[in-house]
Amino acid sequence: MLYAVRLALITLATAIALPASLSYAAGEGRTPKPVIKIENADTKCVAPPEEMRRNHMEMLKHQRDETLREGIRGEPVSLNRCINCHASKQTGSVLGSNENFCQTCHAYVAVKLDCWDCHQPKANYKARVTNGAAPASHDKAASTMGAMK
Amino acid sequence: MNEQTQMDKAGADKADAARRKFVGAVAAAGAVGGVAALAPGLHLIQVSQATPTPRAAGEAASNKVRWGMLIDTSKCDSGCTDCVKACATENGINETVKDARQASQWIRKIDIKEPKTDHTHSLPMMCQHCAEPPCVDVCPTGASMKRADGIVLVDRHTCIGCRYCMMACPYKARSFVHEALTEQNPEVPRGIGCVESCNFCVTRVDKGMEPACVETCTKAGHNAMLFGDLNDPNSEISRRIAQQATTQVRADLKLNLGVRYQGI
Amino acid sequence: MMNIIQDSRKEERLFYVLLALGGLVTALGGAAALYMEHAGHVVTGMTNQVVWGVPHVFAIFLIIAASGVLNVASIGSVFGKKLYKPRAPLSGLLCLTMLASGLAIIMLDLGRADRLIVAMTHFNPTSVFGWNVILYPGMFGIVGVYLWTLMEKKMNPWSKPVGFAAFLWRLALTTGTGSIFGFLVARQAYHSAVLAPMFIIMSFAWGLAVFMIVQKTMYAWNGVSVPDLVRSRMKNLLGTFIAAVLYFVIVYHLTNLYFAKQTAFEQFILINGGIFPLLFWGGYLFIGTLLPLFLIYHPAIAAIKGSVFVAAALVIVGAFCQLYVFIIGGQAFPLEIFPGMTVSSTFYDGQIEHYVPSLPEMLLGIGGIGLAFVMTVIGVRVLHFMPQDDLAKLQAGGHVLD
Repeated sequence: MLYAVRLALITLATAIALPASLSYAAGEGRTPKPVIKIENADTKCVAPPEEMRRNHMEMLKHQRDETLREGIRGEPVSLNRCINCHASKQTGSVLGSNENFCQTCHAYVAVKLDCWDCHQPKANYKARVTNGAAPASHDKAASTMGAMK
Repeated sequence: MNEQTQMDKAGADKADAARRKFVGAVAAAGAVGGVAALAPGLHLIQVSQATPTPRAAGEAASNKVRWGMLIDTSKCDSGCTDCVKACATENGINETVKDARQASQWIRKIDIKEPKTDHTHSLPMMCQHCAEPPCVDVCPTGASMKRADGIVLVDRHTCIGCRYCMMACPYKARSFVHEALTEQNPEVPRGIGCVESCNFCVTRVDKGMEPACVETCTKAGHNAMLFGDLNDPNSEISRRIAQQATTQVRADLKLNLGVRYQGI
Repeated sequence: MMNIIQDSRKEERLFYVLLALGGLVTALGGAAALYMEHAGHVVTGMTNQVVWGVPHVFAIFLIIAASGVLNVASIGSVFGKKLYKPRAPLSGLLCLTMLASGLAIIMLDLGRADRLIVAMTHFNPTSVFGWNVILYPGMFGIVGVYLWTLMEKKMNPWSKPVGFAAFLWRLALTTGTGSIFGFLVARQAYHSAVLAPMFIIMSFAWGLAVFMIVQKTMYAWNGVSVPDLVRSRMKNLLGTFIAAVLYFVIVYHLTNLYFAKQTAFEQFILINGGIFPLLFWGGYLFIGTLLPLFLIYHPAIAAIKGSVFVAAALVIVGAFCQLYVFIIGGQAFPLEIFPGMTVSSTFYDGQIEHYVPSLPEMLLGIGGIGLAFVMTVIGVRVLHFMPQDDLAKLQAGGHVLD
């Protein structure tokens, strides 16, 4: 009885795992492969694609300190230049769908993109002009400090 | 009699003309001399529009320069918020907030009243870019930093959002971003969970421009704000500080501020 | 000889019930932290004026009490009082669990809690928070080694020097915690050197109160009562510490009034600040100081069973009230940028902030307590931390009056 149960379990496990592993080995897993669409194909990136794929994180990390902490401008590595070139012509951004440049690979390898919490992913973006950041709900009457004194 | 009057009149006219000519000559001499005395070798227009020069590409900020600001509060009107609006536009501070106390304000107008005399005046308050910033001292990761040219700013790559710098700042200059942002200006990255403050529009300064607030105040004709290099004795700001009395806010803390005020 | 058995069936069932309850509270705290991190601090009551809220009140209580609870072990190892020696392992365990939970709350409240690795790899030596990155893990290490010297027989001779090291490290750590506030030169509530010793004395009082509550509860769950001598020695010590804290609180307020001339701020905290005077006079002074002192020192009342337990619990209530007034009251009062002037602005200069704690903040704070509880329960279950008193032996040896 126990032997039968064990046999059934092993068969079931194999039936599930084997096709998945075979297809993974053949290069077709469940996760959709990245769609790398180069929008401005006639221009050149700062380095060849193989080097960019391996090193773009190091390049960006090194450059961000040079730019921000030391104030060095005009270097070839610039996040805004990357975005302006690589942003999808449909969405105008490097994020938003799994066909967009940064998101497509990062979704595949499941590496969280921390940059876009602060950096603007839309290319050539003109931030919305405000009529002033002063919040409207402030009551300009005498402050409570005056009342206390 | 008519002839006499005519002759007198002619004489008087001649005298008038001569007087006018003389006055005109003196005035002209005075103007030329005055301009010459005021700014040897410089035109008036050049003096009032002295701006930072852009740094060469690849060149780091250096401590040969120290950026500072001078604010003449006598020219500052209580109802005017041009500098605040300019800052918000330039830096992409455009999010709508539910609780106004959680809204970011890099620069704000403060209305000050002397309780005994009821004298009021108004001034813009922003990060004072101290030479000895308490915010830089207390930041655990070194995200709050002072650049070589004196600009104090937050490196948002390293900021963990602990808000200790907000506790330490004597001027309440820092704001915390309470919510996710999507409409940032590409030149001014800012985002959720990080602390931020006025950075003298560092991207503009590096391009040779003035901070947005100063430029807007000048263009609107108020001329209450002046930006320049405190280390250059010939800059407009250095000369004004050397000639006229200026105050640092909370000078008792001895932080050696980059922002000075007149009229308080 | 009094031997306390820890492996009964009843205890086992109790363990799982406690684990489930504590786990639930901790899970709620965890869920609150996740919500806050995902939605941002917009869902909290914290603003650009009150930047540290209720989670910090809980966290600082836990951290200070953690430092102070190790006092019980120090009195045994460093000051040689034999009566306290059997309590040292439990004291060490409580130190570890409360410190871990306090830190967990602080770290989960960060605006970018995902950047903890950044915090550990970027070090600013001028920052007290930066020193804490060294002091807190160091504390874990030293207390861990100390527990090892206590519980492994052949390491016992080392317990005295390691205990001494733990004692010194603890003083440095609590001074650091007080200095977090003491070094804020611009704030009326905080810029004072008296905060460092005040935090140390507060740690002694709160740590002992926590220890007494845990000890009494553990004894009760094992069907034993705390020996009279232990009870009376600890209650008198608690009374001394409560009085010492009161002394420092008085000195702190007098300093603010007479030396720093912060009359407006003191008026706000002590008289017309609404919730803050209520919590100070009613919460800290009456409930947290006078009432426990009365319960401890009144000869007839002190003899009543449970009165000392209640006194310890009241001290903890008073501690939370005191920390709320200190941390939040100190921020709610507007920063004085132009001394002597009346100010107003769109950034709420010159305005008192009416901070209202939100539910996620409360859950995060309480979840921290839950975490300390769960870790203590598991620790006590896995290792024998129950103080094993051998009173007959102590009395025979004449060591009791040390």
